[in-house]
Amino acid sequence: MKIHEYQGKQILAKYGIPIPKGVAAFSADEAEAAAKELIAATGSEVCVVKAQIHAGGRGKGGGVKVVKGAAAVKETAAKMLGMQLVTHQTGPEGQKVRRLYVEQGLDIKRELYVGMVVDRERRRVALMASTEGGVEIEEVAEKQPEKILTEHIDPLLGLAPFQARKLAYGLQVGKGSPDPKGTVAQFVKTVMALGKAFEKEDCSLCEINPLVITGDGRVVALDAKVNFDDNAEGRHPEWAELMDRDEEDPVELEAKAVGLSYVSLDGNIGCLVNGAGLAMSTMDIIKHYGGEPANFLDVGGGANKDQVTKAFKMILSSDKVKGIFVNIFGGIMKCDVIAEGIVAATKELGLTVPLVVRLEGTNVEKGKQILESSGLAIQPATTMADGAKAIVAAVS
Amino acid sequence: MSVLVGKDTRVVFQGITGSAGSFHAAQCIAYGTQVVAGCTPNRGGEVFEATGPQGPVKVPVFDTVSEAVTQTGANTSCIFVPPLGAADAILEAIDAGCELVVAITEGIPVMDMIKVRRALETSRAKLIGPNCPGIITPGACKIGIMPGHIHMPGRIGVVSKSGTLTYEAVGQLTALGLGQSTCIGIGGDPVAGLDFIDCLKLFNDDPDTDAVIMMGEIGGNAEESAAAWIKKHMKKPVAGFIAGVTAPPGKRMGHAGAIISGGKGTAKEKIAALQEAGVKVAPTPAEMGATLKSLL
Repeated sequence: MKIHEYQGKQILAKYGIPIPKGVAAFSADEAEAAAKELIAATGSEVCVVKAQIHAGGRGKGGGVKVVKGAAAVKETAAKMLGMQLVTHQTGPEGQKVRRLYVEQGLDIKRELYVGMVVDRERRRVALMASTEGGVEIEEVAEKQPEKILTEHIDPLLGLAPFQARKLAYGLQVGKGSPDPKGTVAQFVKTVMALGKAFEKEDCSLCEINPLVITGDGRVVALDAKVNFDDNAEGRHPEWAELMDRDEEDPVELEAKAVGLSYVSLDGNIGCLVNGAGLAMSTMDIIKHYGGEPANFLDVGGGANKDQVTKAFKMILSSDKVKGIFVNIFGGIMKCDVIAEGIVAATKELGLTVPLVVRLEGTNVEKGKQILESSGLAIQPATTMADGAKAIVAAVS
Repeated sequence: MSVLVGKDTRVVFQGITGSAGSFHAAQCIAYGTQVVAGCTPNRGGEVFEATGPQGPVKVPVFDTVSEAVTQTGANTSCIFVPPLGAADAILEAIDAGCELVVAITEGIPVMDMIKVRRALETSRAKLIGPNCPGIITPGACKIGIMPGHIHMPGRIGVVSKSGTLTYEAVGQLTALGLGQSTCIGIGGDPVAGLDFIDCLKLFNDDPDTDAVIMMGEIGGNAEESAAAWIKKHMKKPVAGFIAGVTAPPGKRMGHAGAIISGGKGTAKEKIAALQEAGVKVAPTPAEMGATLKSLL
């Protein structure tokens, strides 16, 4: 799960990480009021207006503007709200800006990078830091990997202060600061706090890019990208409030609410499959035979009739779907349950597109019988390949 | 005749009184697995009843795994505990001295699994999963949720990240008359127990396995590491398949680990690495069995 920059910063601040003063705004008027408040508090006219969308690279796309005075903030906010912000992470259609964050401007001396992520190979959390902040870290990793320092965290010991110091001295964070010792101490404190936040908040990614050092030697998190581990949702009821439904695909949310895993794709063949690996493979084989899948849909191992009905209705109600391929290898999932769900959904919504069904495994005969006696125009298939070929032929 | 589990494996089911746990414990008993104990806190003293191939079976339920192991000689645990308690259940099984822990539970937080991995470093126990179908040595021992009837005893080793895709491959092998020595579902989570290399090593050293088929998917680089290991050490033919050639980047495809991020973990890279290592990769999921057969 992703959250906005301002929400991430509030979490980091809770752990003692210094952040600039800032206020979230949902309209140009709110942005102006926020600016006035900041100017009064800081004595500086310089404000930063930042578009809040769940994608990186906002600055390049025009989603971050430094302006002077409350009137200029209002004007900038009016332009930014409602715009389709296109970045390298949003896709060509971009993401509509609905929220802003107005922040005090800072006197920035250096821009560093600090990030934490789960390292699958090492089965540990990795803490990375670099002098090359404020740019895409993936690019640094590719072109100058030696500029990224990494520490792995022992889960039993937690992040140790010496590791934070290794990074501080490795990046020479005190260099150029009017108070080098103080800057090192603040950096170490910030990194230790980040380590604690990552674990306690069940993050899957936590990035401060850039972590800046100001002219007077202070360490401040100028950005925050916090992603949560979806699996830990059960022990974080507070996440429900942090979720921005505007940033999520409505169909994917609907699926999640009933315990299904759904991802929208660009093609026209709707797929209903049990199991993630088989669902991906079904997409692959459709493509192999010249078709294009409209979705990834895993109904899971133990779906009941209602879930299957819901899943099938989601596919049926999509305009782009010109044909449907159901591919089931029943293990725990019983074929008759799938068949009952399909029949129930089509009774409600009708079936106007070709439907190919391949059933295999537990209770396969019962399932086939239910489909046959339903009177639906179903093309049965005995293997995955036959089914894929049949649906591709039917839609083309 | 197999790896990790066989006729002598004695299983304790953690979470045997839950709906999924009781259903699958009964299925495993019906297949002939020696389920010798169950464990659910506060339910110690109860008896779980099911029917095995030789008739009714009574399985004692204990409050702790430690009691279950001491009193029944269980050496393997199968975990059906809900996600937020599952890591603790795995740790309990390791502490009780189980040699093998099979975790079926889906959705365990990654931070919990990192701690479990750390505990495994100082233990001799092996972990399969989580978020996996389990392990089966056909005709001898089934620990997990796979449909037993599609399997056939034989000499092909199967290892896979995905459940139903494994069933698909096993179904194809059985239809071609190729039985399986052992099938291991290692699961699709980013941090888990045994990986491809661990399983390939076991099959490589198993005198009763002639060839191996491995099914991987997008995300991480376990398949690439496996390919490097195969190139160096594998003495037996290996067939492979990678799911997710058409998966879009940045989207989690069901499994927590099945995601292409930062341009890494694509199916193309994995297929290329496997082919480079001499693995014959099935062009479509419908040809997994036939691809393996062509190697014999």
